[in-house]
Amino acid sequence: MNGNRTAYSVVEPSHITKRIAGSIVVAYAMLTLIPLVWIVLTAIKSPPDSISYPPKVIPWVHFEPTIEGFCNLFTTRSRQTPEYLATLPPARGICESQARAKNMVVVSESKYIPRFLNSVIIAFGSTALAVFLGTLAAYGFSRFRVPLKDDLLFFILSTRMMPPIAVAIPIYLMYRELGLQDTRIGMILLYTSVNVSLAVWLLKGFIDEIPREYEEAAMIDGYTRLQAFRKVVLPQAATGIAATAIFCMIFAWNEYAFAVLLTSGDAQTAPPFIPIIIGEGGQDWPAVAAGTTLFLIPILVFTVLLRKHLLRGITFGAVRK
Amino acid sequence: MNLLPSSASLIEKAARATPPSFVGKVRGLSDKAIAWIFIAPTLLLLLAINIFPLIWTIQLSFTNYRANRPNAPLRDVGLAHYNEILTNPDIWAAMQVTARFVIASIVIQTVLGFLLAWLIDRKFRGSGFLTTMILLPMMLSPAVVGNFWTFLYQPQIGLFNYIVAFVTGIPPSSFQMLGDVNLSPWAIVLVDSWMWTPYVMLICLAGLRSIPDYIYEAAEVDRASKWRQFWTITLPMAMPFIMLAVLFRGIENFKMFDMVNLLTGGGPGSTTEVASITLKREAFEKWRTGYSSAFAIILFVTVFGLANIYVRALNRVKSR
Repeated sequence: MNGNRTAYSVVEPSHITKRIAGSIVVAYAMLTLIPLVWIVLTAIKSPPDSISYPPKVIPWVHFEPTIEGFCNLFTTRSRQTPEYLATLPPARGICESQARAKNMVVVSESKYIPRFLNSVIIAFGSTALAVFLGTLAAYGFSRFRVPLKDDLLFFILSTRMMPPIAVAIPIYLMYRELGLQDTRIGMILLYTSVNVSLAVWLLKGFIDEIPREYEEAAMIDGYTRLQAFRKVVLPQAATGIAATAIFCMIFAWNEYAFAVLLTSGDAQTAPPFIPIIIGEGGQDWPAVAAGTTLFLIPILVFTVLLRKHLLRGITFGAVRK
Repeated sequence: MNLLPSSASLIEKAARATPPSFVGKVRGLSDKAIAWIFIAPTLLLLLAINIFPLIWTIQLSFTNYRANRPNAPLRDVGLAHYNEILTNPDIWAAMQVTARFVIASIVIQTVLGFLLAWLIDRKFRGSGFLTTMILLPMMLSPAVVGNFWTFLYQPQIGLFNYIVAFVTGIPPSSFQMLGDVNLSPWAIVLVDSWMWTPYVMLICLAGLRSIPDYIYEAAEVDRASKWRQFWTITLPMAMPFIMLAVLFRGIENFKMFDMVNLLTGGGPGSTTEVASITLKREAFEKWRTGYSSAFAIILFVTVFGLANIYVRALNRVKSR
């Protein structure tokens, strides 16, 4: 439909309509992006600049950008007396010198990197599992007559309707019994079970679109069903599998409710960790903003990659373009 | 054999010509076996991590079990928890807060989302790029971004208060979005709408684009006014999509936890204490596991029931 409307079409919006519509949407987009821009700007401010009134907006004009926020994100520091600082050898690295300028020394690395790595491991692990299981099940549902197919598919979807806190109560008890509390493997299994419903529904849609004739032809040529699945269906579904994987990844990356209730240390992911980054005397907003920025960048990249499949992903495959 | 027409006949012919064991070896596993081997792992995982815990929750809801005292003697309390929850005014207050939150956010997001979709469907230059930009907030972690909103909402230093003060002229420290009993529910609705209006917009846009041009052309020929075209063509034809968006947003917002937990934690007092927050308090702060299990079951039945009624309504609209 896009682009093939002709100039003389009676339904083509007039130039004025387009101009007005365009301006309103641009205004909305600008308004809605302010919080995101503010996250990035806060990340490169010093703590006093970040809470100044009126707000400092333009870097190098209103405030001098600094990597202090990132230093504070990655390190823990402690305040020392000038006499003690004078006895220390010269500072190594930017973060150390930044700290020295404030009468502090870097004590250790912060927990941000381990938490971020937990997010990466859990997101990748659960995505790989969910997509693997989802692809098999989707193929099963798409190509074979399964008894109670509609009921099973609805059951798979309905597991996603449960409030996470309600699910967390028995999971908490179960994981305590099994020793899976605060473990990456426990979180991977949990996120897999949430994501697999999305994966089955999305992938079933993608596989339904691959003509059955391809496999039939391959099977007539002597492929077994499994070979046909591997060598014909999987390559055809590659785009759909990739899109599904990104959706699963985004869910696992963003998830908070299970993470905050079921992890506290070793397996804690970034979302429950970022809100509790504190500095001297309350929340260290540049550090929080720096942590948030780093955490959001992968999602921004994924969103741009996914934009053609977004609609399908967010509606469980109910709406296709 | 439950196969596709052409290959089915082929296999049937082969099956009749050769002994079954030989067919099995040549063609690999039977289709039925493959179907179950493919589907079973997913079902088993869901049984282990969703259904088994659900059954356990139901069982716990009839007991006085407390997760922080696993060795205390277990007593069967029958339906006492359910009775207590359904007659507890605090629970009803939480349900009311949830309902108000769900309704307010859905109304705002649907109106705004549909309007945006309608504007974007005017197909001005750059609408594709702008759509992607507008969609960004909904992809982000509600917890992490919601947490940052508490900074924007700070009375003196927050950007939100500054902008409101700049536009209206009232002092920026004269109102507290998160600390005020009247404003805090709206603070949450605002962040939720900021995140999820794009979601409704995207689904509505698909609905608008599904309406073929020739219907509008026919309406033009019949000299129907633009206003009339909107009410008799655009809105009815986009309705199934709008309803779908409302369904998804309704379920998600009913379960809402992350954003509220980080923005207000249910406060001030209990003005923003939605059902999930109450549940978290009962289950993981007061450790009344049996009681909160009963509440969890009630919540689940509510979501499930509402979703079912809604899906039925949706199908009626679709078939119209």
